[in-house]
Amino acid sequence: MTEATLVNPLETLVEHFPSGWVKKDDRPGYSGFIVEREHLLDFARAMRDDFGFDYLSMVTASDYLAEGIFDVVYYAYKTIGGPALVFKVQVPREDAVVPSLVALYPGADFQERELWDLMGIRFEGHPDLRRILMWEGFEGHPLRKDWKEPFYEEDVKPFKSRWPEGKPIHADDRNPFNDNVQYPTGFDPERWVPEAETLLYSGLQQTAHYEEFKTDELIVNMGPQHPSTHGVFRMVVSLQGEKIVDLKPVMGYLHRNHEKIGERNTFLQNMPFTDRLDYTTSMSNNFAYALAVEKLMGLQVPERAEYIRVIMAELTRIMNHFFATGFLLNDLGVYFTASLYAIEERELILDIFEEVSGSRMMCNYFRFGGVVRDVSDEVLKKIHNLIYDRIPRKLDQFDAYLTNNEILRTRCEGVGVLTADQAIALSTAGPILRASGVPYDVRRADPYSIYDRLDFDVVTGIHGDIYDRYLVRVGEIKESIKIIKQLLRDIPGGPILAGKPAYQVRVPAGESYGRVEGPKGELGFYIVSSGKPNPERYHVRAPTFINLTSLAPMSRGEKVADVVVILGAIDIVLGEVDR
Amino acid sequence: MKNFGKRFGVMSSLGVTMGHFFDTYIVDLVKGRKRYWTPEGIEARRQADTEGIFTIQYPEEQLPVPEEFRVLPFLVYDEGENGEKNLRCTACGICAKVCPPQCIWIYRATDPVTGKPSPHPAEFHIDMDICMNCGFCAEYCPFDAIKMDHDFELASYTRGESHLYGLDKLMKPVSYYESIRPVNASREAAARAEKARPKA
Repeated sequence: MTEATLVNPLETLVEHFPSGWVKKDDRPGYSGFIVEREHLLDFARAMRDDFGFDYLSMVTASDYLAEGIFDVVYYAYKTIGGPALVFKVQVPREDAVVPSLVALYPGADFQERELWDLMGIRFEGHPDLRRILMWEGFEGHPLRKDWKEPFYEEDVKPFKSRWPEGKPIHADDRNPFNDNVQYPTGFDPERWVPEAETLLYSGLQQTAHYEEFKTDELIVNMGPQHPSTHGVFRMVVSLQGEKIVDLKPVMGYLHRNHEKIGERNTFLQNMPFTDRLDYTTSMSNNFAYALAVEKLMGLQVPERAEYIRVIMAELTRIMNHFFATGFLLNDLGVYFTASLYAIEERELILDIFEEVSGSRMMCNYFRFGGVVRDVSDEVLKKIHNLIYDRIPRKLDQFDAYLTNNEILRTRCEGVGVLTADQAIALSTAGPILRASGVPYDVRRADPYSIYDRLDFDVVTGIHGDIYDRYLVRVGEIKESIKIIKQLLRDIPGGPILAGKPAYQVRVPAGESYGRVEGPKGELGFYIVSSGKPNPERYHVRAPTFINLTSLAPMSRGEKVADVVVILGAIDIVLGEVDR
Repeated sequence: MKNFGKRFGVMSSLGVTMGHFFDTYIVDLVKGRKRYWTPEGIEARRQADTEGIFTIQYPEEQLPVPEEFRVLPFLVYDEGENGEKNLRCTACGICAKVCPPQCIWIYRATDPVTGKPSPHPAEFHIDMDICMNCGFCAEYCPFDAIKMDHDFELASYTRGESHLYGLDKLMKPVSYYESIRPVNASREAAARAEKARPKA
């Protein structure tokens, strides 16, 4: 890196390149730069090496059917903090080929595969461009605007058949069992043999064969149904004895095309759907989505609502980290003792969520410009009791229970190591990135809401192994307690929603990206509005999905039993991975 | 004690589990029988200072639900003097429009004399298989006509048509609504009274 990383060169960025390479995106409501397709690799290399944008956070695309182009959108950041560098490549829909950035930013791997799968954009030079979320025999690319689902009703909600002359059709009749899938013409599912499986297996790295030992590499499928995978998730591992030679994750079993649903929905209707992404941290999901839409609408959130939002987001973080630590022990083979100890506090926090939002997990609590209802003093008292009394006690107990336990330490120390450089390159986020010693926390690097006024530390680890991830999570619970103490002390009175509650919001045309530091990492929503009641493009930067890119590099060379723990330490939720 | 933990990690861990185990007995002995099967006992087992057994023995014991708890919408009707059921719903269709999974179907009634649409639902259907319990319909209804229920024990023997609720299953009296959400009901009643009062 050169000195250029210390100054903000974005204003003079266009002049840095030969003319015609880069131009400013001057569509109204848009930001960033448009890069010519031929020069994308050079541009990205210059950004990474000369400008210090070493962290490619998100790759996505949006389909502009009327103009006949795809916008491939990249969000890059500096790990020393600061705003995003947004750059885009525009390609015609008929010739959707873009050079792959995997060689420069390995973290783009799964995201480019996802774009190929859902959007049909081919990434030239990608090492393993297979479908990732849809099944292998799927025809078409569902996120394209001209693709329609099998039981397509209308482009956007609300559907006209509901009112004033609503004739109900039961879901089972509209979508009968056995007949609810769409096959390509001439396709027989009974006789079909997936080509991609052979591609998958042959894509695994292999070591040299040792003729004299008469050994062979063994390919084992862990999952989709396996207690270690936290859901329906499959790891294809090639083994030499107990040692992992290579690993490939296979996902998408829970895929429901959340983003297509999101584009059919109105802006408000998406709010409860975000709960279902990472169903353990719905408050954080609400937060990020609300931020993205508020940015477009230019809404100012009232002070009290900001406080309530941050309290809820931090309670979510405490809850999630307890959960993650508890189930890490479960993955280590401690069965349910540790996870049930951890769940007690989660239960008390869920009681609070239930009281304020009406639901324990699917909170649906945030609205554009505030929150749905005020928090009563009794609830604040309950939170007070938890924060000052119960959770600190529990943390001490956890400390005595786990931190110095020899078995835990032997299993976790030095296992699944990710160096700082690797963690950045692989676009990991959240506790994984910080455990590798990178002090990157969106709350500090690019503060949103009222985090710039709060006093807390960014917890980092040193070794980048599972044990450090555990320590980072415990440390973050302590920081969250610190934050909530400040909020409870200062929470002001006043309104909790800007303006009147409205079921139809007017969102001006443009793009926006709202991101928060979710418990599992950077959670972002990329939204393109065309001024209509429905979003033109709705994309989720799912932290666990991108963190999974680091699973294979972490697992290589480890033992089979450790892979389970490595996966557990990433802390995935399949609702968010598969979307 | 701290050094003990550092040197004998596993022993310290086992100490915690052992502590938990004995706690369950000690707390039960101290607190007595009232700790189980009574509403106070259930309440006492979900506080920030709860020690010992934490579990609620569902279905014999049930956690009380907070007022804002929401499962499946229902339609509120006012009871008339002669026992007639006056639905508050005016078939304006806001709930059907705001519903994220689009599970509400409303057939607006027409006036038999003039043939014009009249402000009543002739049919009102909610597909309970699709409803995601988000509460938007109740939140944005301008007439306080559709509200979220508290009844979460919904298991049934059949699927299909039986989960497509019509007016007969959806209508519930205002007294029921007041019993499950007293604070909300009185606040809304006060707001309505305020609105109805002629401006001085």
